[in-house]
Amino acid sequence: MVKPDISTELSGIRLSNPVIPASGTFGFGKEFAELYDINILGSISVKGTTREPRFGNPQPRIAECPMGLINSVGLQNPGIDEVVKKELPELSEIYHKPVIANISGFSVDEYVECAEAVDKVENVGIIEVNVSCPNVHAGGMAFGTSAENIAKVTKAVKAVAKKPVYIKLSPNVTDITEMAKAAESEGADGLSLINTLMGMRIDVMRRRPVIANKMGGFSGPAILPVAVRMVYQVSKAVKIPVIGMGGVSSARDVIEMMMAGASAVQVGAANLTDPWACKKIIEELPGECEKLHIERLSDIIGCVE
Amino acid sequence: MRDLIFKIKENRKIAKDVYEMLLLGDTSDITRPGQFINIKLDGFYLRRPISVCDWSEDEIKIIYKVVGEGTEYMSGLKEGDELQVLTALGNGYSIDELKLSLEKNGHMRTVLAGGGVGVPPLYGLAKKLLEAGVRPDVVLGFNGAEDVFYKKEFEDLGLKVEISTMDGSMGKKGVVTDVMRAEDNSSLYDYVFTCGPEPMLKAVYDLVPEGQFSFEARMACGFGACMGCSCKTKYGNKRICKDGPVLMREEIIW
Repeated sequence: MVKPDISTELSGIRLSNPVIPASGTFGFGKEFAELYDINILGSISVKGTTREPRFGNPQPRIAECPMGLINSVGLQNPGIDEVVKKELPELSEIYHKPVIANISGFSVDEYVECAEAVDKVENVGIIEVNVSCPNVHAGGMAFGTSAENIAKVTKAVKAVAKKPVYIKLSPNVTDITEMAKAAESEGADGLSLINTLMGMRIDVMRRRPVIANKMGGFSGPAILPVAVRMVYQVSKAVKIPVIGMGGVSSARDVIEMMMAGASAVQVGAANLTDPWACKKIIEELPGECEKLHIERLSDIIGCVE
Repeated sequence: MRDLIFKIKENRKIAKDVYEMLLLGDTSDITRPGQFINIKLDGFYLRRPISVCDWSEDEIKIIYKVVGEGTEYMSGLKEGDELQVLTALGNGYSIDELKLSLEKNGHMRTVLAGGGVGVPPLYGLAKKLLEAGVRPDVVLGFNGAEDVFYKKEFEDLGLKVEISTMDGSMGKKGVVTDVMRAEDNSSLYDYVFTCGPEPMLKAVYDLVPEGQFSFEARMACGFGACMGCSCKTKYGNKRICKDGPVLMREEIIW
């Protein structure tokens, strides 16, 4: 058998493989570039950026769970100016492929300003619009849980962006396909799903929440089945490409996500417990394809009826 | 930073709920006292960050307290068991920074102030300071006599060790700063290396004019990726895991 072709495509951008570190678990790549050549990655979704710099939420921000964790970082980021002037250019020196710029906001105007700013940056291939952060009280997920607001944000961002716009969806909704269709109808070029599930842990000794912000976003292998289900439902409901994520930790998980309908796959929490996780997954992919008699990985996208 | 396999040489109880574990493996990534390792445990999603107490070419010593399910699991591990360990993490204490202050100020009365499971990294630091020709005093604070550990180990290095306990069952009744304060309420020391619970660090900060403070935080990754353990400092936001855990006194914001 010839070596399997593990390349894929997102809105005309060729990826050498479908593995993309998810926003918020990979910073701007620096910490990982010290450990391995990050140019093996299909792309990188960088840390979510808002117009103003944000410190984020109070400590503690992390709670362990069975097969996962809750985080309540709260969009800590240096602000869009710093990201455009410093972080993205510095990333282009160590990573030579198009990246996914993840933006967030508290108003439609803020999303538009951030989109305009990253749209001009050379190494940005895709703009990922995060309407689903569960860790900020206004904005973020408040946009992502209403089809009407998703439509508004999508329309406004599409009006200013020349680059492909992907809307990152929240799983914390009654019917995610409604949100997906709202984004598609206003011209979204693709969708990323799922963001974290709202969760909470209680310190039973102290009788108080583990996390200072009480609730946070649950991620890790525990949420993979939820993510696979939603990627499956959404990819059947829309025609635009889907980037699948949620608990992906192995080459087998990548394949499962693609069979559910994902054109590419993001790896999040796994980077935090094993900094070499993406590298290992990419190295395992060809062998895993051979085992499953997959000659071309892109052939299996949405193959499950 | 590397993810390496270490073999447990010994895992023994040394005080109430406190264990000392010796790990055999490649320690060459450790460059400074006060750095930590991040240990993967079967059945737990996140690793457990534990400070390095002491290290040699092929051995790491850690001391941990059983405070939850993860450390409870660790306490049951046996000689010969293997652990996957991210090593070495964090900045650690800087002896060069102390030397700069010594050059500027001449003699400085230096103290190591540890509280509870904040004591361990100060032991490796004490050995490195002695190698560098610095002889600090040692003040160790605990809740009670049953919690006390490493008094003798520090004494065996030839250092003056004083103990404080909250209940007065050993040493001076009170907290470490009660031992470090002169009768006129001034500090007996000019420079401190400290590690312990945050209220203790704050009390030490209020007393001693200069030094290095090691902080504890809940972490996810331990190597600077997730922003889970960020704190504000006078020099901008820092990650306790990557830019810390040791902060210089002058940059700390409470």
